[in-house]
Amino acid sequence: MKKYIDHLILIIGVVFMMGPVVVAFMTSTHDAAEIHMQGLMTTWGGHFAETYDEVLFEKGGFTGQVTGLAMLKNSFILGIGFAVGKIVLSMLAAYGIVYFRFRMGVVFFWMIFTTLLLPLEVRILPSYMVMSKLHLIDTYSGLIVPLLASATGTFYFRQFFKSVPDELLEAARIDGAGPFKFFIDILVPLSRNMVAAIFVIMFVYGWNQYLWPMLMTTDESFFTLVRGIKQILLVWVGSQIPDYNQAFALAVLAMLPPILVVIIFQSWFIKGLTESDK
Amino acid sequence: MKRVQFSHPYLPYLFLLPQMAVIFIFFYWPSAQAIQSSFYLEDPFGFGSTFVGINNYTDILSSSEYMRIAWFTVWFTVLVTFFSLSIGLLLAVKADAILKGASAYKTLLISVYAVAPPVAGLIGVMFFDQHIGPFVKFAALFGWDMRIGINYYDTAIAMITIAVWKQIPYNFIFFLSGLQGIPVSVREASAIDCRSGLRRFWTITLPLLSPTAFFLLIINMTYALFDTFGIVDTTVKDKAANNPITLVYKVYMDGFRGNDLGGSSAQSVILMIVVFVLTIFQFRFLERRVHYN
Repeated sequence: MKKYIDHLILIIGVVFMMGPVVVAFMTSTHDAAEIHMQGLMTTWGGHFAETYDEVLFEKGGFTGQVTGLAMLKNSFILGIGFAVGKIVLSMLAAYGIVYFRFRMGVVFFWMIFTTLLLPLEVRILPSYMVMSKLHLIDTYSGLIVPLLASATGTFYFRQFFKSVPDELLEAARIDGAGPFKFFIDILVPLSRNMVAAIFVIMFVYGWNQYLWPMLMTTDESFFTLVRGIKQILLVWVGSQIPDYNQAFALAVLAMLPPILVVIIFQSWFIKGLTESDK
Repeated sequence: MKRVQFSHPYLPYLFLLPQMAVIFIFFYWPSAQAIQSSFYLEDPFGFGSTFVGINNYTDILSSSEYMRIAWFTVWFTVLVTFFSLSIGLLLAVKADAILKGASAYKTLLISVYAVAPPVAGLIGVMFFDQHIGPFVKFAALFGWDMRIGINYYDTAIAMITIAVWKQIPYNFIFFLSGLQGIPVSVREASAIDCRSGLRRFWTITLPLLSPTAFFLLIINMTYALFDTFGIVDTTVKDKAANNPITLVYKVYMDGFRGNDLGGSSAQSVILMIVVFVLTIFQFRFLERRVHYN
């Protein structure tokens, strides 16, 4: 009996969590007038190809100039660029902190640690002004690099490097390996799983950025899908029959890649999440 | 620290250079600017600024509008944290208890983690939409005329629901991995000693989970304070007038819509202090009262 109640609770949980995602997808396959008349849909509508074709390839749609495909490309650039940048910067920094004895080590560590205290949301306006002084508005580097200014990845690799046995370094040094050789031939291959795990987390994080792209990109050719949501809602207000189907289609496109990444790389994702945030 | 380390005159600096450069330009510089401009009054047309001391701060803290938003933020944070933690915990306990289908449930329950807050907001807004929203139709059955974006409390309810929905997977993952970290011997011993499942949960499982719960408490508070920006933005649809907003949203509104640089910066500094206190609280005060094994 208890077993059935457990399953019942879990099924209610799954419906609550996945229901809106499924409904968003199903609704996107109906046409706008139908949705306007009958509300959200739970069944297949048959307009899948038209709607998604329109959203992906036709200029205009919501923003007037940009296609869904261009936004999809920008989302991938932001997601992958952010993840790669984060991994490179934080691996190098963690290597410097853990494997070298130098006077400024502790100072640097605390300076990096402090960035955990202040999320980007708190300092948006001054960050924006710094960016416009540096002429980085509407560039990919302006979109990606400032997001790298936090300590999460560095902590993660620092933790991992500390757990690597000291004997490895001793052996490598006896064999005559210098700092570069040790890093590239031993530490990097050893961190493969860690890198994969943090890549998954950081890709999702980068893909899902909203506030920063909103401020940094005014030129529509730099819009990401998540950034495009804002435009969808602006078009919404005041139109007679809003293009619900297209709005849902764009939302589905914005959700799908990160959801797939999380599902396919689930074990890496959970590892990355539970080990990086501590 | 390591027993064996390299020592080199400049190499460690070289390794740290990229990270430190990014942090200096994009973290310390803007933060310093925020603190500096919080003491100045910027001319709205861009003709210079005047030093006004702590006027920006006193203006904010004596403004009844700011206080109203601050109270809403507190309530929002408390409710979002409470509901997303308890639902996450309930689902994790159930997923840990069953044998069949556990991994399918797990996959389905964590997927929503990957949905961006504004996308969650967009979908949520559709569910609460005046024309097509099933929640509005459902509420209408009970004679409740829900008007998101117009009625203050209805909008607040929608915002909290969406924010909780988005955060449940995160809490679920951490509670589940915490539960699976409890040794089998402890579970068996407690099962022998105590037949009541509910009592076992309160006296054995929950205390053992308290480090996880405590960690999640802080994470959820920061989530509700900062990461919900996208949800607030999509729910109020740029018309913040009578709608509930959080303090972070107010920083954005005043800075980018109102062009009030000084006021917005002062609000940033106030939030910095809140985050700072929260972190100190995390390290000093609460950790002592948590049971560790």
